[in-house]
Amino acid sequence: MVEAKIITTPLTDEVIENLRAGDKVLINGWVYTARDAAHKRMLEEYEKTGKLPFDVKGQVIYYVGPTPAKPGQVIGSAGPTTAYRMDKYTPKLLELGLKGTIGKGWRGPEVKEALKKYKAVYFAAYGGTAALLSKHITKVEMVAYEDLGPEAIRKLYFENFPVIVANDIYGGDVFEEGQKKYRKLVI
Amino acid sequence: MREIHVNEIIDKVKNLVMDSEYKLPEDFIQAIKIAKEKEESPLGREILDEILKNAEVAKIEQVAYCQDTGYPVFFVEVGQDVKIVGGSLREAINEGVRRATKEGYLRASLAYDPIFDRKNTGDNTPALIYFDIVPGDKINIKFAAKGGGSENQSKQAMLKPADGLEGVKKFILQSIANAGPNACPPFTVGVGIGGTFDYSAVLAKKSLFRHIGERHPDPRIAKLEEELIELANQLGVGPLGFGGTTTVVDVKIEIAPCHIASLPVAVNIQCHAARHKEIEI
Repeated sequence: MVEAKIITTPLTDEVIENLRAGDKVLINGWVYTARDAAHKRMLEEYEKTGKLPFDVKGQVIYYVGPTPAKPGQVIGSAGPTTAYRMDKYTPKLLELGLKGTIGKGWRGPEVKEALKKYKAVYFAAYGGTAALLSKHITKVEMVAYEDLGPEAIRKLYFENFPVIVANDIYGGDVFEEGQKKYRKLVI
Repeated sequence: MREIHVNEIIDKVKNLVMDSEYKLPEDFIQAIKIAKEKEESPLGREILDEILKNAEVAKIEQVAYCQDTGYPVFFVEVGQDVKIVGGSLREAINEGVRRATKEGYLRASLAYDPIFDRKNTGDNTPALIYFDIVPGDKINIKFAAKGGGSENQSKQAMLKPADGLEGVKKFILQSIANAGPNACPPFTVGVGIGGTFDYSAVLAKKSLFRHIGERHPDPRIAKLEEELIELANQLGVGPLGFGGTTTVVDVKIEIAPCHIASLPVAVNIQCHAARHKEIEI
């Protein structure tokens, strides 16, 4: 088994340059949550005020809307949601210094280009394995938009949160490369 | 007339929903175990193993298998000799969902309106409920928690009769390939062929209640199901779309009569959080 690369947020260009599509990575440190509704509001707010609810420079956004924590839990089940729904907003955030996003599934061409241009990485977490993934989250803090409920922006503290580099700054795509190996039928 | 009180329905629906969210159906777990033995990709095998571990943790710790606890969809068959007492059947089902959401720590995943402010309803109601009246004095309640990721990748097409069987197969396989990593494979694929525009999709959704490995009683459809399973697993999508030989664990097809001008086909992609369960009252 290939050993995982261990990285800590916030991420630098040097860390990003060292990541290749297909690499297994364990993420440590604080990341921010945001999904559909938070992205929409965040970017609308930025249009009007020139400000975001948190400084995205060097940061990582995890596309997740967790279930509520049961008594004794830090957070409920917390797996990734499908990333392409955020594609409309992602290039702008990357331009502003965001270094990583975590989700599941393909990204569109605009995002892949922006990853190269602004030196950032898209990580894929194992979709649907939410009960397991939540065990790598040890602290949670509310950041903004609490009224959005599961879609609010929170800060999560990761301890060895497992992901795979899906799209890197060199144009690599783990899904395309992986599927090509096993594709016997093209339709 | 057999009387059934709404309080009994509320309780049973609450338990049905919570149970479904924590515990994947045993036939599906078995199918993943078998797939793990056959999967050619090492990463694919590792992912299938994570899926099994996740199912185990969710079951033991009584937590949601997936954070997307889904859009609650019910198929309810009410025996015509049943009299519901104490309130409305629809409201009882919604109350069961409401209580499961609160007491079961499920995520509120419904937006009240789709295009204006998209405010969260807060309790996963209103559930989508399909009612049917059948002979007898029982109520059968089928529940599915439909996650957004795989529901978003589901497709419907109004094909031409001239497209025939080949056209149908192509559309189904294209839908599976396009869903890819976005919809959390391995999938169970529900297919509805025939009926009307809307009914094909209902059939596709309902077909997913059949057990894994259970073939359609019509041998022609059973054969088509088997053929599509084999072809889908040649697409290379693999577990979670990282590549591999396990893209689907099953394909279920239901058919219905249709208009002489039409050939409706609907493909309901079901992710590995295959939460389907039924009870009888």
